[in-house]
Amino acid sequence: MIPELGHFALALACVLAFAQAFVGIWGAHRRDARLIAATPGLAVGQLLALAAAAGCLVYSAVTNDFSVANIAENSAIAKPLLYKITGTWGNHEGSILLWGLILGICGGAVSLFGRNLPSGLRARVLGVLGGTSAGFLLFALTTSDAFARLWPAPPDGAGMNPLLQDPGLAFHPPILYTGYVGFAVPFAFAVAALLEGRIDAAWGRWVRPWALTSWAFLTCGIALGSWWAYYELGWGGYWFWDPVENASLMPWLTGTALVHSAIVVEKRESLKIWTVLLAIGTFSLSLSGTFLVRSGILNSVHAFANDPARGIFILSLLGLVIGGSLLLFALRAPTLASGGIFAPLSREGALVLNNILLCSICAVVIMGTMYPPFADLLLGQKISVGAPFFNATVFPLAIPTFAVMAMGPLLPWKRARLGPVLAHAWWAGLIAVIVAGICAIGMKIVTALAFGVAAWLILGSFAEVVERTLLFRAPVATSFRRARGLPTAVLGAAIAHAGMGVTIAGIAGVSLSQSKIVALAPGGQTQLGPYHFTLLDLRDAPGPNYQARIADIAITRNGVPFDTVHPERRSFPKAQQTTSDVTIETNFLRDLYVVLGEERDGQAVLRFHINPLAPWIWLGALIMAAGGMLSLADRRLRIGAPSRARNAAAALPA
Amino acid sequence: MRLFRLASFGQGGRASLAAGGLFFLVLAASPAHALDDPKEMLPNPQQEARAEAVGSLLRCLQCQNESIEDSSAPLAHDLRQIVREQVREGKTNRQIIDWMVARYGNFVRLRPPLTATTALLWATPFLGLIVGGGAAFLARRRRPAPPPPLTEAERARLEALTRPTS
Amino acid sequence: MTTDVNRRRLLLLAPLGLVALGGAAFYAMLERMEQGTFDPHAIGDPRVGKPLPKFDLPGVAPAQGFSSTDVQQAAAQQPVLLNFFASWCIPCVQEAAVLATLSQIGLSVWGIAYEDKASATNQFLNRYGNPYARIADDSHGRTAIDFGVYGVPESFLVDSKGIVRWHMAGPLNDDVVRGPLQNALKSLA
Repeated sequence: MIPELGHFALALACVLAFAQAFVGIWGAHRRDARLIAATPGLAVGQLLALAAAAGCLVYSAVTNDFSVANIAENSAIAKPLLYKITGTWGNHEGSILLWGLILGICGGAVSLFGRNLPSGLRARVLGVLGGTSAGFLLFALTTSDAFARLWPAPPDGAGMNPLLQDPGLAFHPPILYTGYVGFAVPFAFAVAALLEGRIDAAWGRWVRPWALTSWAFLTCGIALGSWWAYYELGWGGYWFWDPVENASLMPWLTGTALVHSAIVVEKRESLKIWTVLLAIGTFSLSLSGTFLVRSGILNSVHAFANDPARGIFILSLLGLVIGGSLLLFALRAPTLASGGIFAPLSREGALVLNNILLCSICAVVIMGTMYPPFADLLLGQKISVGAPFFNATVFPLAIPTFAVMAMGPLLPWKRARLGPVLAHAWWAGLIAVIVAGICAIGMKIVTALAFGVAAWLILGSFAEVVERTLLFRAPVATSFRRARGLPTAVLGAAIAHAGMGVTIAGIAGVSLSQSKIVALAPGGQTQLGPYHFTLLDLRDAPGPNYQARIADIAITRNGVPFDTVHPERRSFPKAQQTTSDVTIETNFLRDLYVVLGEERDGQAVLRFHINPLAPWIWLGALIMAAGGMLSLADRRLRIGAPSRARNAAAALPA
Repeated sequence: MRLFRLASFGQGGRASLAAGGLFFLVLAASPAHALDDPKEMLPNPQQEARAEAVGSLLRCLQCQNESIEDSSAPLAHDLRQIVREQVREGKTNRQIIDWMVARYGNFVRLRPPLTATTALLWATPFLGLIVGGGAAFLARRRRPAPPPPLTEAERARLEALTRPTS
Repeated sequence: MTTDVNRRRLLLLAPLGLVALGGAAFYAMLERMEQGTFDPHAIGDPRVGKPLPKFDLPGVAPAQGFSSTDVQQAAAQQPVLLNFFASWCIPCVQEAAVLATLSQIGLSVWGIAYEDKASATNQFLNRYGNPYARIADDSHGRTAIDFGVYGVPESFLVDSKGIVRWHMAGPLNDDVVRGPLQNALKSLA
């Protein structure tokens, strides 16, 4: 009964989405006040229906209703409750439902928080969101029904891949999807603006909060996925340039470009066409990335193309959404009036350079990911493109990006001179050079350069804050007062940029990692760096749905007892699979990473890593996201108080 | 471990992999990654480092996107051993990679060689910058040029002109 | 002004054009994947068109093994289908029946047991039948690597000059036998 209710709710949501698309776009076109006023209600209704559908699926999973095929295939009675709930989105059907639900939340959010938008624009935005949503819900209903029944119902489900039974991964999809799907809102704003044929500074100001929120979620989602790979897959790596990872990186790169180019639209009414293209492109990459990765075309494990109907359906849907919006773009964008002019050396110029670099990196990632199937199809050549290619091509583009990142915010709008900028930031540059110089002794040049860049970014990002608050030059009280008067956007940008620096420092640090593989019997000892490891015992312990083999290892540092760690190997009888449960002992300056491997002749293979600065990789990403969210708090972005804020911003020294 | 090899061709195997909910960043069927017997490593640390460097350029053929150094697949293990044998014999990195390419084609190289077929791939970073820079340049040219900045002399003159005469 | 707008419009059509090309390519890929003519996961056939790699393998006890020269000599009379298999490989079980039919209709099928124990191989042959004219034991898998094998089963068709003319990664089934294999055999005749 409950699954049928869920199915009905999903169908209802689909109908409401179609209605939302029609009422929104047609109503705004005809300037029909009643239709325009009805759109937000439809969006909220669609959201409620989707929430009900998701709730029904979760209820069926929690109550072990194995007559639902999706739950029988992916759940089991012995599975812990948390994973019964989170497992509902850990499979194709459920993830499509989650995708639709988040899109519904976006529509609901625009309805509720977008009260101050012009009602015509809001109706168009909701109409575009509704149309997109309708397509995906139709896909969910026709080819990926999460509520399909199974008869006879099996007594127990098939269980879930043990690798996915992990808290980090359980919450990874909702966060990542919020990032992906959130970019539907800037996309809808772009299409709505094209439909209206008008883009102004206000448009930039409305789009930015949505783009920033999605960007912050996507940043967190990528970081969480990478962190999961680091501690769960158990070989110390954190980024593999796998198509799945690349698919999340592509919209992140263009999304980052979008967040920046929207500033230029807002402040200077320039780069309008480009920003619209970025908004369309970012969502298109979100869509095509997630779906094409699963189509089986890319060399990734995540394939669902066993049912080719799904592949064709998704491709048609993508063609409709992406092709339609780009056609509209080609028709309408040329008529958009171009705005403020600027010199190459200016804040705008730096943001343009940032956009070119980010999009070049994105192009490299797209090419590297897509080249093998295209080379196969068009040239009949079987080639692989893996981490060594990306490392060789992305880093040379990333370094200048980072250099520009810290400089950009110091440049005034319209036209800048280098002199004053250097006067503000010379100390950051000097320290960065010194850091790189010191690191160059005994490290690879690339690593030293990365540390220098990290220092430059962290310090240079705060150069503007230091300058504006007259820190170190005026009394502390004055600085504090000026700091409180700073727009939070300035502070947010500085924090986000510094976060990137922290991540780079982490990446550079991990490249210095040391590791050692040894086979030890209980009582055996080994040394790595200043740490001495003693294997005390190997023992068995039962888990809820697995059997664990645990190693107890005592660690001393320079002879002083330091810690005892317990890495595990878990075997899941149902899935006939074993996972390693890595122990990570961290002090935020380095990780001690211990993995228990297989046992042979009474000896356990153990792997020890010392990963310097490893936690900084994800810490930096969190700082970046926090910076983005802080910018959101800027009153300029709070819809309702734009005019006052503009005066305040103009009053500040540029 | 063996399971993955079984799955590599079995239709059923592949289907069950997909149905198993492997959707998010699952990179290997077995997580006990490249956790070799330490005895199989080369005793000379420099040689071992070179073997790891070469191995990380070679693709594990049974996996999706891993190097033979990262993979726990049995074939990757065999190839790892071959790389180490050849390093010990004093073969150059180039020779080792060529040996692999002779057997598995360019598919085995994670960093594709620069050939006519991969020219576009390797040109992408430059193309990105050229296209981006070109577009920015064209967009600028179409607009009226911004007024040139005031030179020091002009600034002084402006100041002189605007200063109220007294 | 209007020509300027028109030129811009043309420029702004570029993203649509790129996406359309990409979409068409993806459609072609999905379509051919469905037909089975496109497999982005296959590693290709670098061995095809090249001579048989040199090897000399022992037999699965108590039988005698064979070398690449033996294959070449036999292939000079009649094409040889060289098949890598293993007792632990499930698709090999399905394939055993197909290979049995092939050897019944007179094709010379030779087997190489890949990374397996002799006892397990013998057990496998007893249970599922022995379609092989001769069997060699590649217990370390090195010969397989020389052939570019990356999973079992894999089959190689060797012509009268000792050159590999056709290769199949994965189990032979009726479709493969009637289609590609038959075509390859015809081209040899």
